[in-house]
Amino acid sequence: MTADSGWMPPPCTVAGARAGGVLDGGAPEGPLSTAWRRRRLEYRLVNPANRRRLKVIVVGTGLAGAGAAAALGELGYEVECFTYHDSPRRAHSVAAQGGINAAGENTVDNDSLERFVRDTVKGGDFRGREADAFRLGEESHRVIDHMGAIGAPFAREYGGTLATRSFGGVQVSRTYYARGQTGQQLQVAGSQALLRQVDAGTVTLRTRHEMLDLVMDEGRVAGVVMRNLVSGKITAHTAHAVVLSTGGYGNIYYFSTLAKNSNASAAWRAVQRGALIASPSFIQFHPTALPVGSKWQSKTILMSESLRNDGRIWVPAKAGDERVAGSIPEQERDYYLERKYPAFGNLTPRDVASRNAVAQIRSGHGVGSLKNGVYLDFRDAIARLGKSTIAERYGNLFDMYQHATGEDPYAVPMRIAPGAHFTMGGLWSDYDQMTSLPGLFVGGECGWGYHGANRLGANSLLSACVDGWFTLPYSVPNYLAPLLGTAPLAPDSAPVREALARTRSRVDRLLGIGGRHGPSHFHRILGDLLYEGCGVTRTQESLTAAITAIQQLREQFWSELRIVGSAERLNQELEKAGRVADYLELAELMCVDALDREESCGAHFRDEHQVDGEAARDDEHWAFASAWQVDDGQFVRHHEPLTFESVRLQTRNYA
Amino acid sequence: MRLVIEVWRQDTPADSGRYETHTVDDATPEMSVLELLDRLNDQLVEEGLEPVAFESDCREGICGACGVTVDGSPHGPQRNTPSCHQRLAGYADGQRIRLEPLRSAAFPVIRDLVVDRSALDRIITAGGHVAIAAGTAPDADSLLVPHERAERALDMAACIGCGACVAACPNGAAHLFVGSKLTHLSLLPTGRQQRGKRARAMLFEMEQDFGPCSLYGECSRVCPANIPLTAIAAVNKEGLRSFFRHKDD
Repeated sequence: MTADSGWMPPPCTVAGARAGGVLDGGAPEGPLSTAWRRRRLEYRLVNPANRRRLKVIVVGTGLAGAGAAAALGELGYEVECFTYHDSPRRAHSVAAQGGINAAGENTVDNDSLERFVRDTVKGGDFRGREADAFRLGEESHRVIDHMGAIGAPFAREYGGTLATRSFGGVQVSRTYYARGQTGQQLQVAGSQALLRQVDAGTVTLRTRHEMLDLVMDEGRVAGVVMRNLVSGKITAHTAHAVVLSTGGYGNIYYFSTLAKNSNASAAWRAVQRGALIASPSFIQFHPTALPVGSKWQSKTILMSESLRNDGRIWVPAKAGDERVAGSIPEQERDYYLERKYPAFGNLTPRDVASRNAVAQIRSGHGVGSLKNGVYLDFRDAIARLGKSTIAERYGNLFDMYQHATGEDPYAVPMRIAPGAHFTMGGLWSDYDQMTSLPGLFVGGECGWGYHGANRLGANSLLSACVDGWFTLPYSVPNYLAPLLGTAPLAPDSAPVREALARTRSRVDRLLGIGGRHGPSHFHRILGDLLYEGCGVTRTQESLTAAITAIQQLREQFWSELRIVGSAERLNQELEKAGRVADYLELAELMCVDALDREESCGAHFRDEHQVDGEAARDDEHWAFASAWQVDDGQFVRHHEPLTFESVRLQTRNYA
Repeated sequence: MRLVIEVWRQDTPADSGRYETHTVDDATPEMSVLELLDRLNDQLVEEGLEPVAFESDCREGICGACGVTVDGSPHGPQRNTPSCHQRLAGYADGQRIRLEPLRSAAFPVIRDLVVDRSALDRIITAGGHVAIAAGTAPDADSLLVPHERAERALDMAACIGCGACVAACPNGAAHLFVGSKLTHLSLLPTGRQQRGKRARAMLFEMEQDFGPCSLYGECSRVCPANIPLTAIAAVNKEGLRSFFRHKDD
């Protein structure tokens, strides 16, 4: 299936949406295993002496942003880097627990680059770009070497070599880790490398700055508009290119594993300026989050998937069983993942594990006082390996669980439930990580591409690192090279003034509503709507209802919002309000995307499209990525056809 | 349960600040200190009052963004626990709870409970890094690190950068923060190469904003990452080593 074979995607029948044109991802022709090497050879270079004349703005200091800013700074470009945090180290990459994958050839468990690609593409249910997955695997070793060298203390075997473990969706051991704090160790190492460049004078770091808009110059992205969160001052910053590495939008569900400040605003502003957003409905629900316990709970805490290596997931075989876990005899426990998927057992991919947990909970087998979780039990692992081994592997996770729930997981099984976690969808970009807006690049979870409709565990730290350290430092200079000799837009130019005026009027509009409720009120309602309408499973009915409800909620928001305080100083309500306003638009598009895609794939599970309870993918009609344009209130679905050469299109089967 | 909250309000860094008293009627023992603030803020917004500014992000104890002083203890009464995990289980109906910012001369108050901890990053900027550029690292398996040393490096690298150690210290010292970083990086094969240079740079910068260590040990009692008190010994050790050796490594 290619674009020129006369194949056409199904018409778009969702109200308010229409089909658009075909997109070219721009991956190199020829064998994919050598594509990245060949593309790098094609890229233009900038002479080291000229690099300081070219300026790049990087928004975000997570693994992708800190990496891109540091690497471009090391190369000699002038970099200005922004974060809304007080310190670059706090970006949410810090919270990833389990590990980072690298395609291994050394061990004898038969791993290889090809197997890594196969696992990633298959795990993503054939809705990602295969060429990108090759790059991911190819650069994975340099990522491990580099992150280790700049300070991430990876776990080591007694022989002194790197230790690995296995993760959901794969049968080899390719996940490198630092206890349950892999994200933290990588993030701290990355932000140290960024601060090294600040020390060297190549990077200017501005903390407590939030991006509110892009500066557009004749279709190109020429800068950003920032709000200083402390002084409230709104300023424009121009450059030759802009990198957005602002993370995912799982927090749109209110209860999610994301940080409280994680948001979609920078990415959504890019969409409003004309960028395309791919597969916005592909949201991963993490199977090992903690169940919601009370109304004032602020989030669903994440427990690393690595726990599934040694923990066994089960529910009482009898629905409504009120006994405590310890009183339920072995034969009355249903280890449903081991029963249904004997080959992968408790390590089935996240979407499969989440869907099965929801099915168990909905059929009355849920555990805990609210019956909204399933057990993750370490009893057998502790008996087999001893408590000290389990403590060494997962000690901090067990502590965290005890902090959060007051229960001792060494003595009683953990309770877990699916929680909104990772957005596979995001700003559409080509193979060079450039969005459909020239000059705007994307890195990390903010983008799309690698993970298709479902991300494998430990591939997100990898993709953020590969983008930041080993892709953007090649592809951004290729864009910059012809711009040598040009200056960034002047601060008093018309596009800059226009962007500033647009931003100020939006802030004024938010402040001027004078309603009754703070932004969190609307956010909670939106979260409930999305879990119900566009959650672990979706139906035509649930999505249609959600769209109407979101439109109504949006109207309420713009007439009933109240922001107390002024815009001239730190005002966290104003920050939240801006983010919720954007969520209320993105949420509708997520539902439109989910409603449009008449198939089930990966984390996108439409009840109407299933065979024996498993996702029924429709490659004949839907083997493409939907990339949406927002055009004057209408959603336009462009499509990038997806073909696979190293991995045969096949039904995912983890049984 | 009903809790009477005395909370610090301060509009600007220059403002002198004051306590305000509010009541939350539906607090629960499972709530965290930050969720209590969420609840209070919801109430304040509905009443048209300005909510209390405070920082938090991951609420999983790993980002280090949160940190308030609860009844005089940085992060809260429970030892070695970040504010986001400090539950209200120890409070009884009708009890008072006092919330104020992390207190230290090195951390000016920005607003209410939000403080400026950038002095910590200035120390890292000065030398808390490893001079290896993208793509130049050797194969990580060619640099063997004994299991036990990697674990020790991890113990020290667990620091979340919250600054509670500084707030807990009567001298406002940052020795736990600096010592853990010096130890973490000196245990790694690549980090050792600039061990002496790093110690000089970080200690010089540390002395600009932070006080001396008198071995009170308060820092390690509040540290949410359980950084052991031995970390502070590394400050003198690495400083003296660097002074006498006069070498970069």
